[in-house]
Amino acid sequence: MKKSLKERLAILSDAAKYDASCASSGTTKRHAAGSGGLGSTEGSGICHAYAPDGRCISLLKILLTNFCIYDCAYCINRSSSNVERARFAPEEVIWLTLEFYRRNYIEGLFLSSGIIRSSDHTMEEMVRIARELRTTHNFRGYIHLKSIPEASAALIEEAGLYADRLSINIELPTDSGLGRFAPEKKPEGIRRAMGELRRKIEDAAEPTLRTKKRRHFVPAGQSTQMIVGADGASDATILGTSARLYGSYGLKRVYYSAFSPIPDASARLPLVKPPLMREHRLYQADWLYRFYGFEIGEITAVTADGNLDLDLDPKLAWALAHRERFPVDINRAGKELLLRVPGFGTKTVNAILSSRRFRRVRLEDLGRLGVSLRKVQPFIVAEGWTPNRLLDRADLRALFAPKPEQLALF
Amino acid sequence: MQTIFLKGRGDFEEWRAAARLLLLNDIAPGEIAWRIAGKGDALAGFAEPQQLSLPAEKRVVTVPPAFVDLAETAVCHSDPQRFDLLYRLLWRIRGDRHLMQVVSDPDVMAARRLEKSVRRDSHKMKAFVRFKEVASGDPTGRRRSFLAWFEPDHFIVARLAPFFRRRFFDMDWVIATPKGSAAWDGEQLTINDEPAAKPDIRDDADDLWRIYYANIFNPARLKVKAMTSEMPRKYWKNLPEADLIPDLIANAEAKVRQMAEKAASQPPAFHARLRARHGQAETLEAPPSGSWEALREEARRCTRCPLHCHATQTVFGEGPQDARVMLVGEQPGDQEDLSGRPFVGPAGKLFDGVLSDIGVERAGLYVTNAVKHFKYEPRGKRRIHRKPNEAEIAQCRWWLKQEVDLICPSLIVAMGATAYFSLTGERRRLSEVRGQVLNMTEGRRLLVTVHPSYLLRLPDPVAQQRERELFRDDLTAIIQ
Repeated sequence: MKKSLKERLAILSDAAKYDASCASSGTTKRHAAGSGGLGSTEGSGICHAYAPDGRCISLLKILLTNFCIYDCAYCINRSSSNVERARFAPEEVIWLTLEFYRRNYIEGLFLSSGIIRSSDHTMEEMVRIARELRTTHNFRGYIHLKSIPEASAALIEEAGLYADRLSINIELPTDSGLGRFAPEKKPEGIRRAMGELRRKIEDAAEPTLRTKKRRHFVPAGQSTQMIVGADGASDATILGTSARLYGSYGLKRVYYSAFSPIPDASARLPLVKPPLMREHRLYQADWLYRFYGFEIGEITAVTADGNLDLDLDPKLAWALAHRERFPVDINRAGKELLLRVPGFGTKTVNAILSSRRFRRVRLEDLGRLGVSLRKVQPFIVAEGWTPNRLLDRADLRALFAPKPEQLALF
Repeated sequence: MQTIFLKGRGDFEEWRAAARLLLLNDIAPGEIAWRIAGKGDALAGFAEPQQLSLPAEKRVVTVPPAFVDLAETAVCHSDPQRFDLLYRLLWRIRGDRHLMQVVSDPDVMAARRLEKSVRRDSHKMKAFVRFKEVASGDPTGRRRSFLAWFEPDHFIVARLAPFFRRRFFDMDWVIATPKGSAAWDGEQLTINDEPAAKPDIRDDADDLWRIYYANIFNPARLKVKAMTSEMPRKYWKNLPEADLIPDLIANAEAKVRQMAEKAASQPPAFHARLRARHGQAETLEAPPSGSWEALREEARRCTRCPLHCHATQTVFGEGPQDARVMLVGEQPGDQEDLSGRPFVGPAGKLFDGVLSDIGVERAGLYVTNAVKHFKYEPRGKRRIHRKPNEAEIAQCRWWLKQEVDLICPSLIVAMGATAYFSLTGERRRLSEVRGQVLNMTEGRRLLVTVHPSYLLRLPDPVAQQRERELFRDDLTAIIQ
């Protein structure tokens, strides 16, 4: 008997939750007032709800179907799993997207799919949904499509006309890991797809000779996701892969997804609590690489095994290992150095740079800016403040590390 | 003491008019009492006791745009002190034009806090307004009608109404709040600052949304604090999904335990059928062994050295299989790595230019590299080329040898030291062999020249031109 829409919505959203991305930002600014349709994207994304897992819900994130011919060990939808299967008709996905959007539940659609029949057949259905949303229904909201591995170039080209973002998951940080857990997925095929997309995006960004206009093609760029903790890769390996992906394919984001137990899981995988703190530290390190001028090697060299310190954020861990670089005088130091002070974010650094043109900045000023004084004090010199010997204390780390927790007896 | 009565419902113009008059009359912040007009008070601005007027000589009050931006937003805050604070800032800006840039100043900071709070409330309103469908008010029945009830902290309805109009353009809607309401009917955006009453409505679509919310939640990643910091409880009462939260949290642990206890079961029947079909497909595709196509296919899957894990793809040689001349470069670069074809980046463009100078068609040549994968170092959004080491060159020499054996060229051009090393096994300074034509086995000749990217790296345009000519002269050897 055919499952009801509600039943299928339950199955196909449950199956989609392992994709971490829910971003709806960074695309072109547009709205329906010009076109008379529905929807807008105005720069920053909007999180319309938060689930108790702390993740934002910005998009209707569903699979077209969770039938799949691939057998990736880490995936809830792999062909050898006994999860309940279902599929939507393209019209149903369109209807759900529009009705959810009208009620302001979502910013748009994030559509992915298990692979049925062939890559091209699956991709074609997904492209059709995006095309009809844009053309028939005049939908101006956000659309994120997952590229199906090995889908033809023409389909990706068309998908890029309607989607704000395309993504294809690298899944695991090493080729050998992917070989072990996802035998049908070809790492070089995934990289080739990313490279192809980068070239198309760059071509579209060139103004055309005649109209001098840039073509509209995947304006929010491409992203990918890596599973953390399923194979034995260290943080240094993971971050090294991220750096290569950012450098090679101009990715907007690499998402890290702590491997989380799935129903009917393969026995080869660790069925433990997902390493959420590790995932968090990886995001912090990723940020340091992209926005704070750190090299991956600097961040991961702090520990011997190449894994980030779980107790300390990576910038603090780096600072503690490089005390000779501190204290930094916040009234004189350049931006690059200020960005390396633990406890300073980019906003704080800009505020300091702006204020000190007119006043000497004091420790109290930082307090008012919302900076944690306890954290920055040992590392800076401010008007009326020098850390004296605080930096030389052997137990400096203990001042920051979390208090040891008493283990539960049972 | 001046007492100023304002309606105080987020109207910036109302405050601005009053503040301007006060400032032009040099009335200090301490001499003003800002009051919200209650019922019975004459509305807006200056009731009888104030005898203020614009001074006779025209004086313009100019303020930095940053202040106007800040004040427009902060005035929407519900804090009764906001008018006083903003006027004090305005007063101080007269004497200190840079005050707004002193981010650490207590008044600036207090105003920024108000601004931030209003922005946050606005953002949350964009996020948490929930429309419910009601009977259409459109006589033609073409436009559907929706109604939302929301409870903002501040007076932000007028600020946000245009956002909702731009977004929900093709439907009629009303957003009602205790701090005013907004309505759109396709032609007119109507704003009302009177408090509205909470309507009693329900919408069946909410059930679908609740199903989605419950299922997109991952019970193995419970992080309640992260949720409540972004979706504070005060908003929950108007969110259709929020009453699911306590149960989702309470049952999370049991759900995860269930997953862990249930061991992997036997794969479903279609899994075996898929396996069988997959095996067949693989064997069908291979080209005949010994051919150039088979060699290229094999090279695509090359794992002889670790470079393949980092590069996008193998960049194999390209050109007619009966080519008389084979040109060998060092390794693919950024563009070659992306497109999978040799010599298509900046060095390739230069190479093509020199070929056309001497009237040689590239289509008649076989062009390849000593190393088939791109070796690089990521640097932010770019990749920095790195020289391949001897081990990598040695591993890849195997492919180059196969190419030479298959193409059988009478002349090979080694462009750069890496190509020379790969072809001869000799480590020589390029300047020692450059321009020479050496004899190889099987009557083959080897011409040595520079790599075109060497020309691109020369900073001096004169030197670059000179070297380009030398390179061109070297290449003329391929015409004979």
